[in-house]
Amino acid sequence: MRTFGSPEFLFIVYALRWTLTLTVIAFIGGGIMGIVLALLRIARSRVLRAVTTFYMQVIQGLPLLVLLFLCYYAPSLVGLEIAALTAAAVALTINSSAFLGAIWESALRAIPKAQWESADALALTPYKTLRFVIAPQAIRLALPSTVGFLVQIIKQTSLASIIGFIEITRAGQLVSNATFEPLKAFLSVAALYFAVCFPLTQLSLWLERRTARGGART
Amino acid sequence: MSVVVAKNIHKSFGALQVLKGVSLTVEGGEVVALIGRSGSGKSTFLRCLNGLETIDAGEIEVAGHRMSSKPAELRKLRRDVGIVFQSYNLFPHLTAGENIMLAPVQVKGLSRKAARDEAQRCLSLVGLGDRFDAYPDMLSGGQQQRVAIARSLAMQPQVLLFDEVTSALDPELTGEVLAVIESLARDGMTMLLVTHEMGFARRVANRTIFMKDGVIHEEGPSAEFFSAPKTPELQAFLRSEVG
Repeated sequence: MRTFGSPEFLFIVYALRWTLTLTVIAFIGGGIMGIVLALLRIARSRVLRAVTTFYMQVIQGLPLLVLLFLCYYAPSLVGLEIAALTAAAVALTINSSAFLGAIWESALRAIPKAQWESADALALTPYKTLRFVIAPQAIRLALPSTVGFLVQIIKQTSLASIIGFIEITRAGQLVSNATFEPLKAFLSVAALYFAVCFPLTQLSLWLERRTARGGART
Repeated sequence: MSVVVAKNIHKSFGALQVLKGVSLTVEGGEVVALIGRSGSGKSTFLRCLNGLETIDAGEIEVAGHRMSSKPAELRKLRRDVGIVFQSYNLFPHLTAGENIMLAPVQVKGLSRKAARDEAQRCLSLVGLGDRFDAYPDMLSGGQQQRVAIARSLAMQPQVLLFDEVTSALDPELTGEVLAVIESLARDGMTMLLVTHEMGFARRVANRTIFMKDGVIHEEGPSAEFFSAPKTPELQAFLRSEVG
């Protein structure tokens, strides 16, 4: 039987790159989809609003674990073999898109209508209004919650362990099984999550204080 | 040449009829004041002139552009029509100078250098030549409103619309904004102003219009309009405004 030593610890540390890979994919993928969703949500079209509302309600009402199972097992029904990384990336991206979309939509809506109006009156196109007037103010408003949600994504990647994807939680499980020292294994895992999440949480708090203090200035 | 021609404008918000056939022509260099109680339709009428409100019936031509529902056509019209709002509506994330530069660079395609010079010139014109780098929240209400005027001026509009621009200001700050508008009048700027400042309208406007219940109830050259109002409604209104 193996004992818990530095090779075991390093095994968990190396798995961190998969936790981070999954996080980056989900954040970027979910971010791009989230931007599109947020913009569609503030568009005038009723159809677009209905479709996006439905999408966001369904995703937000679905446990991430169930979404993960669906993404992992559904392709096999049509004979597709899908890697755990792919399934996890797709599930996390879909999940993040609904939540980031909601965060950014509310930031866009928080910008007073008068700002749109004065940009309109200056003959700016809708795109330029968004780019130079609305987005800079909305981004500033949304930044604290966005960073906060990034922390959520990091922790959510642990669910991918259930479909056998080796990120740090799964690595901790494997080490625990091999050494029969679950406490050391999972304390190491916990320490790694904390090391990654803590600075981000601090950043989010700092951003929030800055927003509260500095108004809309950049 | 007529800068503003509005014919028989109708506008409703739901069941509420706000404008019931308003016609108005403003010549180049003319200053026209619009007065009336709140709800008389004067602000709505002003906002129709640059398409911030769509009209239900009637015709509008401003600075040679016919009012259009096509976005590109509407933007052409808006390039030549400035509007200043009651609540300033400066962009809070941009400095005074950047607020003014934005449209000349992004709409007219001016170089940043040229836009900067123009912004500086316009800021000096409203007496804020030294506040180029100040953010709106560092400025008083009166200063913010003067930046808003400078922002409109930088587009070199053919007509400026003022929508109760001093209503949100303390009395001591009102004066500095009115002084700027008065100097623009002296320079021959065509202006249409919705205002509650009767003394100012009388002094600066060539013509004053009294709106009531969505129509022009009485109008005339400011001097006569204020000294010898004809209709009992205007007489009552002027009495209540003077206090």
